[in-house]
Amino acid sequence: MSRISALLARETALAWGRGGGPLVSVGFYAGVATLLPLAIGPEAQRLAAIAPGAAWVALALASLLSLDRLFERDFEDGALDLLTLSSTPLELTCAIKCLSQWLATGAPLALAAPIAAIGLGAPPALAPLIFACALVGGLAFAFTGGIGAALSLGARRGGLLTAVIVLPLFVPPVIFGGGALDAFASGLGWTAGFALLCAYAAAAVALGPLAMAAACRNALA
Amino acid sequence: MIPAPAFLSNPERFMAFSRWAAPMFGLIAAILGLAGLYLGFSAPDDYQQGATVRIMFIHVPAAWLSMFVYGCLAVASLLSLIFRHALADAAAQAAAPLGAGFTFLALVTGSLWGRPMWGTWWVWDARLTSVLVLFLFYLAYIALRAALDDEAKAARACAILALVGAVNLPVVHYSVVWWNSLHQGASVFRADGPAMPPVFLIPLLLMSLAYMAAFGALWLVSIRGEVWRRRAEAAALRAARS
Amino acid sequence: MTHLDILHVGKYATFIGAAYGISVMVFAGMVWTTLAKARRWRKRAQALDAALTGR
Repeated sequence: MSRISALLARETALAWGRGGGPLVSVGFYAGVATLLPLAIGPEAQRLAAIAPGAAWVALALASLLSLDRLFERDFEDGALDLLTLSSTPLELTCAIKCLSQWLATGAPLALAAPIAAIGLGAPPALAPLIFACALVGGLAFAFTGGIGAALSLGARRGGLLTAVIVLPLFVPPVIFGGGALDAFASGLGWTAGFALLCAYAAAAVALGPLAMAAACRNALA
Repeated sequence: MIPAPAFLSNPERFMAFSRWAAPMFGLIAAILGLAGLYLGFSAPDDYQQGATVRIMFIHVPAAWLSMFVYGCLAVASLLSLIFRHALADAAAQAAAPLGAGFTFLALVTGSLWGRPMWGTWWVWDARLTSVLVLFLFYLAYIALRAALDDEAKAARACAILALVGAVNLPVVHYSVVWWNSLHQGASVFRADGPAMPPVFLIPLLLMSLAYMAAFGALWLVSIRGEVWRRRAEAAALRAARS
Repeated sequence: MTHLDILHVGKYATFIGAAYGISVMVFAGMVWTTLAKARRWRKRAQALDAALTGR
């Protein structure tokens, strides 16, 4: 157990400190939220109509940012080899890596998401739901994103490749989260979308590490 | 270990089998395709769709094939992952560009059908969106294959991706249907359309079989090319060593 | 309906023609690239095999 917590501490420190950490993701997120009104126009009504959806899509994009460093760093300096050899199953190690990725970028983004959405003109009553969706969705993004990051290990232009692999996998969580926000904003039942988002995140947490570990073993073989 | 049929697992047997099977599939595709086209164009105009019903004979088979080829890709990937058959990997690698081609056809012909029928090139309908995401999956597969230099590693990484996609595609489809039900009014299709009269059904079935046979022929020839390529590269390696 | 009427597709001819034209082009492209690739590598493999056994 102490080994696992030590691993979690190491990974979180790495994700937080190097590879950009929360500052880069939140900065990117703020940048997208700033560009949006500039591209669409400042009419409050039009912005308010798209605010929750725009905040949500920007969140999916921002969670792509530091994915390329998730395994690449340990792959390059040989730490991944050591992690494979340790008695902790590689699946668990991968899950911990994604969890720390989520702690270092997903959670700060979840705090930034309601601010951005309200800034774009979403009703403040939406803030708790955006926060919850961003928190759960971030988990799904981190664990599906980890699959893409592990698969593109050793590839040329790995970062871009990760995005190409991962974006189709982001379709269901984006739909479920966006659906929940849309339903809430128009006064309908939002629980279905949120429950589906939670289910997708749970499935990603359960199944993603299997694919990640297989991909890592393959890249190291 | 489940014994795979020898003509699928043994490259020599496969080459002997595909040598006559590929031209045969091609011939079947040509005959069925010509018959389907003749019947399709001599069918009367649909009372709702008018002459554009003719697009259905090439659109629906392409859409079916786009999913069928992904199934073939996933099965071949699974076999290559479990049994490490080089031939299964060659089959998966050969299927991906063909699948992307059929999916592209399904999207483009669908768009050309939608313009006169619904007055728009594209609607964010559940089925259209699913096929678009399927196309993105094919592109991701091809991109991953192209970006990895080590062939053995590329084979396994791509197989993992294909299986991840196979698990994800039903979820994508479900999510898109759910999303579509949320935004009522965008839907143009009715799931329970009237039963299709035989004048349209028979050419459609013929064209579907023709597409399937054409895919079979192209797939076999493409796998043959892949086997030759690997053989050539192995020979080049031996020549460089000796 | 005579056989010449078969090609008469009415006011939607552009769309039907484009759909069939693109389908034919994509099929031709797939057939051509597949055959060319198979032929190229077959020649290559046979030439290399011949060179190896000839020595």
